[in-house]
Amino acid sequence: MGRFILNRLLQAIPVLLVVITVTFFLVRLAPGGPFSAEKAVPPEVLKALEIKYQLDQPVIMQYFSYLGDLLQGDFGPSFKYPGRSVSELIFSGLPTTAELGIYALLISMLLGTAAGVVAALKPNSAQDYIPMSTAMIGICLPSFLLGPVLMLIFGIGLEWVPVSGWGNIPGDKILPALTLASGYTAYVARLSRGGMLEVMSQDYIRTARAKGLPEWVVVLKHGLRGGIIPVVAFAGPAFAGLLSGSFVVETIFQIPGLGRFYVQAAFNRDYTVIMGTTVFFATLIIVFNLLSDIAVAWLNPKLRGRQQGSIQSGANE
Amino acid sequence: MSLLQVNNLSVWFYTRNGVVKAVNDLSFSVNVGQTLAIVGESGSGKSVCCYSLLGLIPCPPGRIESGTADFDGQDLLSLPIKQLRQIRGQHIATIFQDPMTCLNPYLSIGEQLIEPLIYHKNCSRHEARDRAIALLEEVGIQQARGRFNNYPHQFSGGMRQRVMIAMALIAEPRLLIADEPTTALDVTIQAQILELIAEIQRKRNLAMIFISHDLAVVKDIADHIAVMKDGEIVETGPTKSIFDAPQHHYTRELLAAIPSGSKPESSTVSNTVTSNPPLIEIEHLNTWFGGKNAIVKAVDDISLSVERGKILGVVGESGSGKSTLGRSILQLVRPSSGEIRYDNIELTTLKPRALKTLRRRMQMIFQDPYASLNPRMSVFDTLAEPLLYHGLATRKTVTPQVLELMDDVGLAHSAIKKYPHEFSGGQRQRIAIGRAIAVKPEFIVADEPVSALDVTIQKQILELIENLVEKHQLTMLFISHDLSVVRYLCDRIVVMHKGRLVEQGDTETIWANPQDAYTQQLLSAIPSLQDQQPRSRHHETGDSGNRSSE
Amino acid sequence: MSSPGSTDIATNLNAEVHDAEQGTSLWQDAWHRLRKNKMALAGLFVLILLSLLALLTPWIAPYGYEDQDLLLGPTPPSAAHWLGTDTLGRDLLTRILYGGRVSLAVGFIATAVALVIGVLYGTIAGYLGGRVDATMMRLVDILYALPFMIFIILLMVIFGRNILLLFFAIGAVEWLTMARIVRGQVQSLRQQEFVEAAVSLGLSPWRIMRRHLIPNALGPVIVYTTLTIPNVMLLEAFLSFLGLGIQPPQSSWGVLISYGVETMEEYPWLLIFPGLVLSITLFALNFLGDGLRDALDPRASKD
Repeated sequence: MGRFILNRLLQAIPVLLVVITVTFFLVRLAPGGPFSAEKAVPPEVLKALEIKYQLDQPVIMQYFSYLGDLLQGDFGPSFKYPGRSVSELIFSGLPTTAELGIYALLISMLLGTAAGVVAALKPNSAQDYIPMSTAMIGICLPSFLLGPVLMLIFGIGLEWVPVSGWGNIPGDKILPALTLASGYTAYVARLSRGGMLEVMSQDYIRTARAKGLPEWVVVLKHGLRGGIIPVVAFAGPAFAGLLSGSFVVETIFQIPGLGRFYVQAAFNRDYTVIMGTTVFFATLIIVFNLLSDIAVAWLNPKLRGRQQGSIQSGANE
Repeated sequence: MSLLQVNNLSVWFYTRNGVVKAVNDLSFSVNVGQTLAIVGESGSGKSVCCYSLLGLIPCPPGRIESGTADFDGQDLLSLPIKQLRQIRGQHIATIFQDPMTCLNPYLSIGEQLIEPLIYHKNCSRHEARDRAIALLEEVGIQQARGRFNNYPHQFSGGMRQRVMIAMALIAEPRLLIADEPTTALDVTIQAQILELIAEIQRKRNLAMIFISHDLAVVKDIADHIAVMKDGEIVETGPTKSIFDAPQHHYTRELLAAIPSGSKPESSTVSNTVTSNPPLIEIEHLNTWFGGKNAIVKAVDDISLSVERGKILGVVGESGSGKSTLGRSILQLVRPSSGEIRYDNIELTTLKPRALKTLRRRMQMIFQDPYASLNPRMSVFDTLAEPLLYHGLATRKTVTPQVLELMDDVGLAHSAIKKYPHEFSGGQRQRIAIGRAIAVKPEFIVADEPVSALDVTIQKQILELIENLVEKHQLTMLFISHDLSVVRYLCDRIVVMHKGRLVEQGDTETIWANPQDAYTQQLLSAIPSLQDQQPRSRHHETGDSGNRSSE
Repeated sequence: MSSPGSTDIATNLNAEVHDAEQGTSLWQDAWHRLRKNKMALAGLFVLILLSLLALLTPWIAPYGYEDQDLLLGPTPPSAAHWLGTDTLGRDLLTRILYGGRVSLAVGFIATAVALVIGVLYGTIAGYLGGRVDATMMRLVDILYALPFMIFIILLMVIFGRNILLLFFAIGAVEWLTMARIVRGQVQSLRQQEFVEAAVSLGLSPWRIMRRHLIPNALGPVIVYTTLTIPNVMLLEAFLSFLGLGIQPPQSSWGVLISYGVETMEEYPWLLIFPGLVLSITLFALNFLGDGLRDALDPRASKD
């Protein structure tokens, strides 16, 4: 297991490097420099700015000095917000987005798994059709549609909950979290249903039943362990999806989080901020993929047992 | 005294294509301390009837139509599920067929072992653990304490089946249902497990239902035998009378289908006198798999030759490399080193183009008739492809030629447009054989061609192969784990063990006087209809303690 | 269903039932199963209808695409404008029809790009095997780990909102899964005995691929293609909603929804109708994909 984690960590390094490199050169490929949009900058000021931000040096030198700064957690200065660093900007929006993301992740994993397991216990019955049809709606009603619709009904129509903001009025976190979670809840429900159906048809489930175990033990102890593996494997990609989903949800509900900030930076063409945020997001996603891979491996005794070395052969055979 | 009395049990399956009467009006009883063997081919309903007693049949599509199953005063079929669960695992325990899939891979074997004690007997975990370890030792798991927390994948197949047996015994059941407990195992392991089950049954005076497709396996273990066919018991009686005086023609058919005895002389009359020149000569053949640090020597320095017009049997257990040997000869797997001469042509160094023309002369018949046919091609497409591709037929003449092939392998002409999924296993194997002989080869590698088939079908396919070999003067490499089949068909045999050739010679010579220790072990493990006394004799000797030391 | 013995029973039964008939191939079997799935059939019908509407839009749209009626302004649905008009007085039905052309085109074309790349890449890797396969799939693994959504946004920001770039970018993401699926299929098929039989018959690699590998790998590819189209449409709508996708004067359902959200409190029909059309399309594709999966799954044929 230890070797497995180390292996995966080593594999993540080139991926991260690819992300940083691609992002860096993509931004450099962009037409025009960061200051060309601003009208009428005198040549000598421009020159000074370029020296200040080291833009006068060869691109390859800039690349390495950027890498060096990154290693120290420094994403460089913002071009549009003079005097503020990209790191500062990222960490000002991060807590809000993290909170939203965690709520959504929890809702989707718990609710989705529960719905999927319930559906899988009685396939092709009402107990299956009702949660799965709901899940289908969740998949076919994207967040940018569901969010406004929920807002129209519960915020503007019924006035049950506030329609915008984050943490100002009680209850204003409900709609954004639900909106963000909906699609993933639905997907998790389908995944866990599929996983459970697969597992519950295995021979070892019949063995467990033949031992006379209560049905809940059969399902939760013998079934769920294997059945949730697809869900755990999906947790990493789901996190990446939630992150990009937060762009939309934060825009709709006007939440001052990192996602909304990223979209605004994109429109402002604040290249250092875009690059810094992209690298930051990419790192997060890679880390979460790694964690979910490790969790999947941990659930599988064949991989978990690696470190103590497996005893393969029988004694008298 | 009968512990279980089943009367008029009917289990039907309601499928898309209609009602299947899997079990129809079945009655039988099992006495304390006795073993009832239920014998039948696949689809005969032998497993369904036992699982329905425990409520383990998926309903729908299954439904118990009628019947009673009196177990110690309670009718299992009408018990509410809660009470039935009290009986499962506690009073009636089950050993399943495939120890690879029947243990939960996500839980340690210890955890799985103690469950019945915790849920049925309210044992503490500590107490349960001690009993589980004692029982593991009893079924032959060494260092049981240390292996308690191991997972199933850390055990070999035979060891897993021992764990499975321990799990069945742990709550001290009174009735044991063993569903083909040795079918998935190699023949030497099968012998050990059979002995273990018999010993445990005797020691604990258990009632046992032993389900099997193989009459030879149950001969030594059963007191009574019930023969099932198409959901019904066609004959039942004491083991001795079933073997000595079978009444029903199906029982006789089953007994006759078990390959026994040597190769019939008639077919080899011309060959036995003189030895023919070899068609295939193999020298120091090695086929190794894997990378630098984990080399698997599937074929390890093997030299042999196959005479023209003869059948050479290759015998070995799973993992012995016998299939790799066959595939290496046909160049389906590239050998690592060594020489293979086919009709004095060196195959290992042949250019692809030259190999292609040679391929027509050597063909293969595969083990799994479900995987060896392209599911998207009809019988006609499958048989016409080799004919057309090698220019043995034209578009005009291909249909009569395909029909002729179908006659050869015993397929009805009306089946020509059907697809593989519409056939049974035996018919599929006929199609696969037809494809192999379509190009009129001289040499055929048959890789376990009958091991996936029921015994009666197996007999038919073996006869077909025999006839074709004679008719087309074929030379054959016949790979099998089943010594009885090999003895029935082959002129010479080679025995493989862990990639090496341990013994070779004329079939009857090896049979009568095996030299190598492994060959001896293999031969003594075969469950056979002859040479041994029926089981009732052992039973009379009473004390079972000394048997294990024999 | 893995009930003991029921498999054998089912196969035996199949053999008996079919004795009377002429042979039916697996494709015909799958079609029979699909026909019994009402939701999948409805999905197929909706898709055919939508595709026809999209093809015929220039002839059947009630108004011109750019026709404005500033005096009229936004009106709710009426006899003249079935789905109402937007803030510039443009007919919403017309705009949805034209938007649908773009949305469907993105869905189909980007999926086609993914399909071609993925199938070629996957087949080659799976068939050649060995070191080539390992290298090719390692590349896919690395690409998989990249946060593509974020890259696409970056691309759109830097190079402007270009529909061709969008096709390329989306296709570049979606081919990965396709390649994995095809490669897995080809690899497991290669180990099947019927492919070994074809090799031992001396058939050429091309013939083996064409006759034995591709027809058998097709099922999962069809299913995945059907399920990729809604994903791609969703991705386009998502980008358009953020203002990073299709650029005016062109429009797509995502763009219409984005405008609809801005004015939803006053003119809710501008959000509801485009949203409804997008959702119905996604439903249709997903139901059809699920239906195809069930119909083509060999395990489903047992019960």
